[in-house]
Amino acid sequence: MNFDLSKKTLREVNSYLQNIDLKSNQRDFVIKNPLGNHALCAGLQDEIKVTIKGHVGYYCAGMNKKAEVTIEGNVGTGVAENMMSGLVHVKGNASQSAGATGQGGTLVIDGDASSRCGISMKGINIIVKGSVGHMSAFMAQSGNLVILGDADEYLGDSIYEAKIYCLGKVKSLGADCIEKEMNDKEIKHLSALLEAQNIKADPKKFKRYGSARSLYNFKIDNVSSY
Amino acid sequence: MCGIVGIYLKNKKYNKQLGKLLTGMMNNMASRGPDSAGFAIYNKSSKFKYTVCLQKNFELKNLKKILKSKLTNTKYKLIADHVVIETSSKPEKTIPILKNIQDIDLVGYGKSIEIFKQVGNPKDVVKKFSLDKFSGSHAIGHTRMATESAITTDGSHPYSTGEDECLVHNGSLSNHNNLRRSLIKDGIEFKSQNDTEVAAGYISNSLKNKTSLKETLTNGLKDLDGFYTFITGTQKGFAVLRDEIACKPAVIAETKDYVAIASEFQAMAHLPDVNKADIYEPKPGIVYSWGS
Repeated sequence: MNFDLSKKTLREVNSYLQNIDLKSNQRDFVIKNPLGNHALCAGLQDEIKVTIKGHVGYYCAGMNKKAEVTIEGNVGTGVAENMMSGLVHVKGNASQSAGATGQGGTLVIDGDASSRCGISMKGINIIVKGSVGHMSAFMAQSGNLVILGDADEYLGDSIYEAKIYCLGKVKSLGADCIEKEMNDKEIKHLSALLEAQNIKADPKKFKRYGSARSLYNFKIDNVSSY
Repeated sequence: MCGIVGIYLKNKKYNKQLGKLLTGMMNNMASRGPDSAGFAIYNKSSKFKYTVCLQKNFELKNLKKILKSKLTNTKYKLIADHVVIETSSKPEKTIPILKNIQDIDLVGYGKSIEIFKQVGNPKDVVKKFSLDKFSGSHAIGHTRMATESAITTDGSHPYSTGEDECLVHNGSLSNHNNLRRSLIKDGIEFKSQNDTEVAAGYISNSLKNKTSLKETLTNGLKDLDGFYTFITGTQKGFAVLRDEIACKPAVIAETKDYVAIASEFQAMAHLPDVNKADIYEPKPGIVYSWGS
């Protein structure tokens, strides 16, 4: 089913996609002419596939649950923010705060993500094929941020228990973020993340970063809850 | 919030449509700044152009009467409450004369620049000044959500504090009072309490001392404290700078025919061939410039 945002309003399109008639078999949707609109595909909660043909604005696919959203263009601030589950795939570049506070699901960005990618992430997997901007994974609590390119300044500042894997150069690490051992368990873990997205990269070549656990009250007894 | 937009034409293909392209950009940024709007259009002339804003009850004929014996070779273009005075009289002579007329405000001057700004929703402001009819080589626009100073014409962007210079700003500066005091000592004049006018004055003061625009903006990174995305226009083009934290958005779209910059992509969605454009965000703390 096709929607054309130059003919239909944003509210009409979002409302349709947020209230899928489960008795119908229609599960594939294409949105044309997104024209940089904000909050497109926010709050989707069913297992549907949506392809957006063009560039979108802020908070695209925010709060996503179960849906698979592909954006054939660039996205503005906060793509897939607070995502719960599902998959969001950006074929272009992403602006700042991509995947912010994401609780689950996977966000794949084929291009670059700018500053604060994965800020306060809480369980989401974020894979950036290009580079990330400054202060990425700021206060990241859990989940995985995989970067195939480089990372700008203050990577992982004030990080909790999220894991960062970076293939390229890291300009600088933020407060309480340190390089950690890339042991067999980690290589296996990263390998599974890459394979799930059909990404051909050698997991052994990545470096891993995480919390030095000196800024917050980390208790080893609670490690299973991250 | 505030919305900022700019378009620089790399060749003459779209010169006649410059105003039309900027109109769409400004309209789409109305939601980011509903309080006032303004724009600067660069269209090179052989004479000097002075844009003035007429105050209530003061008409063009009154202005003509005053200036008749004082300026030479003069033409007037009235658009809403703004008048562009084209004359061969040089700034050293003309500016003191214009500043002495109580019922007008000088908004900007130069050989290329024309500036129009007014309070009200940007969609109404661009209509009032018939922006879609303008042609030129490059243009900059602003839609304002007021934070630092009152909603007045003086508080509206763009700010022009030097010949063919202008500045629009999304953000807020925290050291503008101190900086204003030191710039006044250097002979820069200010009309408002606005923070952006201080940044414009800072740039003019530096350019006056023969520092390049790129170096001026790079020095600005340490001298201007606050949040900002700036677009600063000169006779030849414009430059863009974001502060190092980069909370204020900006996106650039570049094709073989033009470079456009805006707070959000939405402002550029209507531009020709934008889907084939190279689209990227200016990195924090780096000066990007075209033409200048």
